[in-house]
Amino acid sequence: MAVPVIAAPPQNAPPRRERVTGLWPALAAPGIVWLLLCFVFPLYVVLCIVFGQVDPLFRTPIPVWNPLQWDPSQFAYVLTHIVGADGIFGPALLRTAVYVVAASSLCLLIAFPVSYYVARLSGRRKGLLLALLIAPFWISYMMRMFAWVNLLQNDGIVNKVLSFGGLLSVNVDWLTGQPVVVILGLVYGYVPYMILPLYAGLDRLPQPVLEASRDLGADRFSSFWRVTLPLCRPTILAAVLLTCLPMLGDYFTSDMLSASPKTAMVGNLINDSVHAPGRTGQAGAFVMLVFLVALLPMLYYIRVTSRRDAVAS
Amino acid sequence: MRGPVTWWNDPWRPPRFLVGITIGYLAWSLLPVAIAVLYSFNNGRSRTTWQGFSLRWYWGDKTLSVWHNDALHTALLQTLKLGVVTTAITLPLGVLFAIGIDRWRGRLPAGANFLMLISFVLPEVLLAVALLFVITTIALPISLGTAAQVIGLITFQVSYPAVLVRARLATIGPQYEEAAMDLGASRLGALRRIILPMLMPAIFASTVLVFADVIDDFVLVRYLSGDAATEPVSVKIYNTARGAPTPALNALATLLLLAALTAVVVGFLIYRYMTRGESADRGIGAFAGEV
Repeated sequence: MAVPVIAAPPQNAPPRRERVTGLWPALAAPGIVWLLLCFVFPLYVVLCIVFGQVDPLFRTPIPVWNPLQWDPSQFAYVLTHIVGADGIFGPALLRTAVYVVAASSLCLLIAFPVSYYVARLSGRRKGLLLALLIAPFWISYMMRMFAWVNLLQNDGIVNKVLSFGGLLSVNVDWLTGQPVVVILGLVYGYVPYMILPLYAGLDRLPQPVLEASRDLGADRFSSFWRVTLPLCRPTILAAVLLTCLPMLGDYFTSDMLSASPKTAMVGNLINDSVHAPGRTGQAGAFVMLVFLVALLPMLYYIRVTSRRDAVAS
Repeated sequence: MRGPVTWWNDPWRPPRFLVGITIGYLAWSLLPVAIAVLYSFNNGRSRTTWQGFSLRWYWGDKTLSVWHNDALHTALLQTLKLGVVTTAITLPLGVLFAIGIDRWRGRLPAGANFLMLISFVLPEVLLAVALLFVITTIALPISLGTAAQVIGLITFQVSYPAVLVRARLATIGPQYEEAAMDLGASRLGALRRIILPMLMPAIFASTVLVFADVIDDFVLVRYLSGDAATEPVSVKIYNTARGAPTPALNALATLLLLAALTAVVVGFLIYRYMTRGESADRGIGAFAGEV
């Protein structure tokens, strides 16, 4: 699950007397073949299934390999059922957008101050704090969700704490269809993936520039607002994208913490239809939709990270 | 007596607000897991009420403990098997790929690099469903189960060693290799005797990273698992968490946590030993993929 910071190394100018050699293509070949076979080809298969036929008897998908014979009826079915009178998929898509935006904003509100403190002000305790901050990276996502399932049981610790040892009787049913719980679960799950890139970016901020801004008369606030923040805008964008992208495909957080269609996200639509007879094409159509929505952020992320490194070096 | 204005302008005042939020965040992120670990030692069946300390759910219980229950220790073994096999194949594939596309100039390697970066940020569920479609609709010699899981995990993880190794290659620069070749080494010899040893820390860090990441993976391994026998720990937790699990599930999760933390801590110590004498930043951050 971990999506760490990437920094695509800069393309150095080619050395002048580079002779043509077969060594580098030979080294890269297995990886390229692997990516073509196991990454590009499966995505093509998704298209062939979305625009393919459904076996009338067994309701299993029949992929159509020739793009000229593709039949858009399954994809059109999904698109026409998003908005309007029979918009059965619309609410889940809207909910996904709301949850992802809310959870990423909360993530940023938590992650920025924490990584700012650890990267710039923590002094001697930096190593220990950093180790604690990235510890959740190596704790299974499922285990962290399971920990909350335990705490949020009807007789769990959260209800016990809220009722102040029996003073009040609080019996909130946290684990069925509570949007707040799902959003906080997403925040809990994905905050570490935002903290690490933010930490790396804030750690690299040039200290002399910040000191210069104070020397030249900026107070704390305007120094932060006019120097620190613009300097780390690419980092913040990259960090937000890194948390948003996996959240878009998330279905297990909602399943673990709510298990109710009232909090279903687009990931749940994929997960529920992928094994349902006759609806495999729909799952493929949702996969395509998420891919299309995620494509621009992905391209932007790759551009930001490569450009940042080109500037840095 | 200092006024608030003096306090605000004091450049040495401790950042109390930031300290508070950091401590609060750390408590929020780590305490729930610590409580789950604690309850794996509970003497009773409850995961919410403490009934005394015991190792019952690890091996004391004759039918339900991790040690005695087939389903639970099969899951743990499957997780470790996937971790080892995937890491063993991903590493050479990713390292060679990185060296290859770093040195090979042209449109084709640039495209391959782009493809690798896309696979890096693609939501995992998309790849998982795509691979599931491939395996279920095309007559392949591979069926759902360990082989399919390994293929999916390699595809998803191969970018980690590639990204880390390319970053390291960029800091090494071409001069050592050129010196070796001026002194008579062949291209392959220079690669094997100069570049590969210098890449070792990056290769090692990505080994640990890939292993720790694979044993925590959920989405791919769930879609590509064939039956209950190939379901690893994360899938087991997902399947039973909302039912009425015993603390044996906490014990299983704790053992997985222990495996990941051991790998990272031992790996970090070895990494520190390998990079001793280097002035570059060799902190724990390298182990979470910070380049």
